[in-house]
Amino acid sequence: MDPLDIARWQFGITTVYHFLMVPLTLGLGPVVGFLQWRWVRTADERWLRLTKFFGKLYLVNFIVGVATGIVQEFQFGMAWSEYSRYVGDVFGAPLAMEGLFAFFFESTFLGLWIFGWGRLPKRIHLATLWIAVLGSIVSAFFIIVANSWMQHPVGVRLVDGRPRLVDIWAVLTNSTALAAYAHTITGAFAVAGGFLLGIAWYQLWRRRHDGIDVVRADRTLHIGSDPDDAGRDVADHAVWIRALRIGAVVAIVGFAGVAVTGDLQGKLLFQQQPMKMAVAEAACETGTGFSVLSIGDVGSTDCTGVTAVIEIPGLLSFLANGDTTTTVEGVKDLLPAYQAEYGRTLPKGPLYGARSGRPVDYVPDMQVTYWGFRIMIGFGGVAAFAAAVALWLTRRGTVPASRWLARLAVLGILAPFGANAAGWIFTELGRQPFVVAPNPTPGGVDGVFMFTAAAVSPGVTSGELLFSLIGLALVYAVLLVVEVVLLVRYVRGGVAAAMPELRREPAHDEDDDVLAFAY
Amino acid sequence: MLPTVWFVAIAVLWLGYLLLEGFDLGVGMHMLVTARSEGERRVMLNTIGPVWDGNEVWLLVAGAGTFAAFPLWYASLFSVLYVPLTLVLLGLIARAAAIEFRGKVHDARWARAWDLAIGIGSAVTAFGIGAGLALTTTGLPIDGNGDRVGGPFAWLNGWAVLGGLAVVGFCLVHGAAFLALKTDGSVRRRAGRLVVRGAPVALLPIVGWVLGVGLLTGGVVSWALVVVAVVAIVFAWLRARSGREGWAFVGIAAFLAAGAGSLFAAVYPVVLPSTIDPAWNLTVANASSSPYTLGVMTVVAACGLPLVLAYQAWSYWVFRRRIDVRHIPGLQEQPVLLHR
Repeated sequence: MDPLDIARWQFGITTVYHFLMVPLTLGLGPVVGFLQWRWVRTADERWLRLTKFFGKLYLVNFIVGVATGIVQEFQFGMAWSEYSRYVGDVFGAPLAMEGLFAFFFESTFLGLWIFGWGRLPKRIHLATLWIAVLGSIVSAFFIIVANSWMQHPVGVRLVDGRPRLVDIWAVLTNSTALAAYAHTITGAFAVAGGFLLGIAWYQLWRRRHDGIDVVRADRTLHIGSDPDDAGRDVADHAVWIRALRIGAVVAIVGFAGVAVTGDLQGKLLFQQQPMKMAVAEAACETGTGFSVLSIGDVGSTDCTGVTAVIEIPGLLSFLANGDTTTTVEGVKDLLPAYQAEYGRTLPKGPLYGARSGRPVDYVPDMQVTYWGFRIMIGFGGVAAFAAAVALWLTRRGTVPASRWLARLAVLGILAPFGANAAGWIFTELGRQPFVVAPNPTPGGVDGVFMFTAAAVSPGVTSGELLFSLIGLALVYAVLLVVEVVLLVRYVRGGVAAAMPELRREPAHDEDDDVLAFAY
Repeated sequence: MLPTVWFVAIAVLWLGYLLLEGFDLGVGMHMLVTARSEGERRVMLNTIGPVWDGNEVWLLVAGAGTFAAFPLWYASLFSVLYVPLTLVLLGLIARAAAIEFRGKVHDARWARAWDLAIGIGSAVTAFGIGAGLALTTTGLPIDGNGDRVGGPFAWLNGWAVLGGLAVVGFCLVHGAAFLALKTDGSVRRRAGRLVVRGAPVALLPIVGWVLGVGLLTGGVVSWALVVVAVVAIVFAWLRARSGREGWAFVGIAAFLAAGAGSLFAAVYPVVLPSTIDPAWNLTVANASSSPYTLGVMTVVAACGLPLVLAYQAWSYWVFRRRIDVRHIPGLQEQPVLLHR
């Protein structure tokens, strides 16, 4: 097996996996920060319950994100040493800034928050959470800056065959980065919103199912308590309906932001990476129409056998340029231009090894990009619609008794995750065959681009890569199972699972200076 | 000038990592080998509970800082050491997850499994980091492009083993000194005794590494630092013997700082020697980023690092209290079962 393929699979698997945890951390952090802020402001115990419950889930998820994030920092050097050498003058800086200005804040202050209950004054304790949350949000910015430079290199000059940084500000304010950052953050809110909504729905449904909350014949709601479980009292109902509404609103706002920022990104893409946009639409022919659905062999690189089934005239032009008449170049016209500009075959040289002189395929895997793009938008749209419907269905203060709807609400948690993953797969595979895509925009950087085929570590063997790929995949699989099992247990346990003091005799707590929280 | 500043900065970042995560990793190993009961294990884990994650960031920043300031060093070191760094990653992942998950289910077998992950993960991490650092001070088989000559284990030699043992040994001593300082009761007593009895043996590999590199490439500065390190460790040992845990800990930290400083001073200006041809050595000059990038990074580090030091110090202040078995919740009472 070609080490290049294994290294790419490894990067794909580890990154997509890492990005299951990341959007939940990014989105849920500010939500928990809001919940605790409400508690500090109002002293309403229901806000405390919400903070503790979702804080617990936040931490379980956070730690898996941390653990899998270390791999990202190392594997550029381990598996992609040629890439690291080529981009080092530019690419390392945002990573180091991320560490210094984000990771340190995030992890130090989260430690203070976890163990600071009852030890720090309330307001300072709240501030530690917010600093940690801001750390996460800042970390996302720097890593997106790094990624966006690979999509659209700016702020550099080609010196001795390598890009040399000449303007850090241009790198930090790269249009690609700003749009992608906004898209990522809003996408993360969509994930967090769906998460709250699904869990709260399940809890409210179970209260109805267990006969605690009863909807009477005249449609009024009677809210009760579970005599066997101190955690499921009247306040518990308020906790969940509140979580449900916050979740729905966060999701809807998140999705609205995703749509706006996604449109912005699309318009940039048409200029910066026209081939990526063309394959996203399976737009083989130059034109103005957007194919909602194409059939045939979408994966074929020469576009034979691709037939647009539903095509909306003018929509593609609107996405690209905001009007209905601009013609957008299709794959068939873009391909010769790419071949003329960057060569038909890989250069001969030690970097390329056995890959020297092989023909370059400038059309990214159309199957994956085309469907990735549609899954992203489809899952996102459905989840946004579902959040709005959820608000309507729960207007009387509880959820419908339907078991089927409850299952759907819980399953719906996955949709925004799927949309996030599909979006990343689309944008990363759509960049191929480049690891650093060229910058073709007017005033762009000449000669700065790198083929993925040249980026892999020349000295590293297939065996080593297979070893790490299998090792990491196994550990990740175990972690995923454990994380999901733990999250499900906490969700089923309700607030009392995160606040055992709700079920404990009060006398028990005061007999010693026991830590408020301990591992 | 700037490349040298950054060479020092990278040395400081590695030092910060070994100094802080050094005791985390040591405590992780002690949970497996030194603790005698569930209560003791939990006491140990909770001494590092609030701070281990922040300490681990020093590793990320040391790596990312090397990438930013010396991309060729980063690329060669990390790709040549592919196998040991994979093991380090697996160790770090297992350990991080275990620390968080261990207390989430009240079950003896569950806790035991994660104890293994913490202990073994800590040991593997310490060994791998030590091996990697030893090899960057003594050399790797790299060609003119910085790529490995030879197979996946071409890096393996006595230095790698010595460096691995050195960091494992240091972490055990440093971790014990930390436990003696941060706990009370049985753990405190046992950890204090361990420092006194264990240090002379456990620190032998790190002393061997420092002296070896000094003999290979050392100069006046590196030997002067060796003297400082010797003074510091003798001081630490004497203080530990008379039960002065705070001073013992400070002495061990000073020993590490001087020892690591001596290593970096000895290899300067080479950052990664080639064992095949000295002409292929990566040096401060030929492996560094452009002056502009180094300038940007200098501003970033000058703003960021003092801030980091300040708030990390504050977090240690907040959690300054010694921990004892009686502070650990849930040891005597019935486990709180999660509602199903």
